[in-house]
Amino acid sequence: MILKRVFLNRLSGTWMLITLVIILSLPLVIGIALYLKASPIFESQSLYQLIVSTDWSPCNGNFGFWPFIFSSLYVTVLSFLFAAPICLFAAIYLTQFSSKRLIQLMHPVIDILAGIPSVIYGMWGIIIIVPFVSDVLAPLINIKSSGYSILAGGIVLAVMCIPYMLNMLIETFNTVPIGLKEASLSLGATSWESVKHVVIKKSYPGIISSFGLGIAKAFGETLAVMMVVGNMVQLSFNPFEAGYPLPALIANNYGEMLSIPMYDSALMFAAFILLVVVLVINLVFRYFIHKTQSQ
Amino acid sequence: MNAVISETFTKTFARTPIIKLKRQESILQIKDLNVHAKNHHILKNINLEIPKNKITVLLGPSGCGKTTLLKSINKLTDLYKELKVSGNIYIEKDDILNTQRNVPLIRQKMGLLSQKPYPLPVSIYKNVAYGIKLKGIKNKKLIDFNVETKLREVGLWNEVKDRLNSSADSLSIGQQQRLCLARGLAVKPHIILADEPTSALDPVSSKIIENLFRKLKEHYTLILVTHVLRQAQRLADNVVFMNYGEIIEQGRPDELFSYPQTSQMKEYLVEGN
Repeated sequence: MILKRVFLNRLSGTWMLITLVIILSLPLVIGIALYLKASPIFESQSLYQLIVSTDWSPCNGNFGFWPFIFSSLYVTVLSFLFAAPICLFAAIYLTQFSSKRLIQLMHPVIDILAGIPSVIYGMWGIIIIVPFVSDVLAPLINIKSSGYSILAGGIVLAVMCIPYMLNMLIETFNTVPIGLKEASLSLGATSWESVKHVVIKKSYPGIISSFGLGIAKAFGETLAVMMVVGNMVQLSFNPFEAGYPLPALIANNYGEMLSIPMYDSALMFAAFILLVVVLVINLVFRYFIHKTQSQ
Repeated sequence: MNAVISETFTKTFARTPIIKLKRQESILQIKDLNVHAKNHHILKNINLEIPKNKITVLLGPSGCGKTTLLKSINKLTDLYKELKVSGNIYIEKDDILNTQRNVPLIRQKMGLLSQKPYPLPVSIYKNVAYGIKLKGIKNKKLIDFNVETKLREVGLWNEVKDRLNSSADSLSIGQQQRLCLARGLAVKPHIILADEPTSALDPVSSKIIENLFRKLKEHYTLILVTHVLRQAQRLADNVVFMNYGEIIEQGRPDELFSYPQTSQMKEYLVEGN
């Protein structure tokens, strides 16, 4: 009897370890697979050339990824700039100032927003955001724009990231002990001073982590952005002009243009860049979390 | 009020020794304080006077409303929207319960020491300087002086003077509690509210805190919440025994512990001893 229990105990431990190893090795396996499939392209162009070149003419064998990387970063940064302050202030209000009833009401709303398929966000972007950019925002600064732009992509992406970021920030602020806020208030701080000097400070690692995950999600988002961003290979700082982020490049062309030599490898390389950038974003944010925690 | 209790006591228990109580100057008066949370009546018609420069111990079993009473006194009940608070709490003739004006200033009159130390997520120095800066003091030398004075007052200066810029979290829990006390003293409160301040501490740290309280009562009024009978016996000048949200008995500790009048108090003393 006891032998059977010890055996089952060991077996269950082994199975759990195996599942853990599978999960841990997933990014590595994906990375290796993408790298191997992308490697033929390194025979024709160097890594440096692939990344910094702006010449995208696959028929001539030129695969410059910089316009795509630039578009991805630009859309992501814009979406972060739109979403981060909204989420931060909404989460602070919900956890520090509002009634418990409001936060109970907000949770299902956030869950619904998170559960909406990205194609619906894309459709909403085409119907509302693209005309808003072309008919309202662009004329405000005397610019002509079709509306299909980096800015539209940034706005749609921000809306998509809000539920994720907001949820994580709410969780973060909820972990701050009420005793800490009470301590600050009892020293004569106002509610806002307590939030600013104590709650936010105590939540730094969580805030950074929420932002990091939000950015990583934004960087890899494909469908909705692809529908509103214009998908034109160009390099422009003007947010009213079209862009072409990496995920859109892969989604638009995979399976379509594979007759062109090296195109398959080029798209695999695009996916590899995407993976590396998301990994780097995560590592950078992990570093900041570690730094703030050690401080 | 104590005199009235003494008189009633004399009439009821003629053979027991009488301890005559002098009328003491009170710093805080609570009148008809009631706290409700939905259908639960947490505090029931609390009437209490807190004598100045004394240690008043709120004694009673867990859940009897001691902490709620303490939080009502410095208006921290405002944070809990589900609580309905009524009645009056007077400090220097101002009814602090029914005003929303200058709440931070009202709270600064009462330093809070909670059950578990909550150092702010900043350095040791900044923890003590926090309240001073909130008072509008910006002079660095004055802040430095105050920080050192308050850390000395709680006997922490020699232990931390070389690492004032270290995180307050790096201190031991006993040191953290003394830091929280120094931080509270730095805003020059009239009253120190201590909510079971030694419950998370080891005996040595508890003794340090208790000794500090004895010193501090020369300059401050202390209201100490505890359910530890021996601590109340060691520290109290005035004991308020609470049960089920009501004040059951109150008076001097020698009187109250030697000659309890109610069955609830007697039972608590028997269980506590």
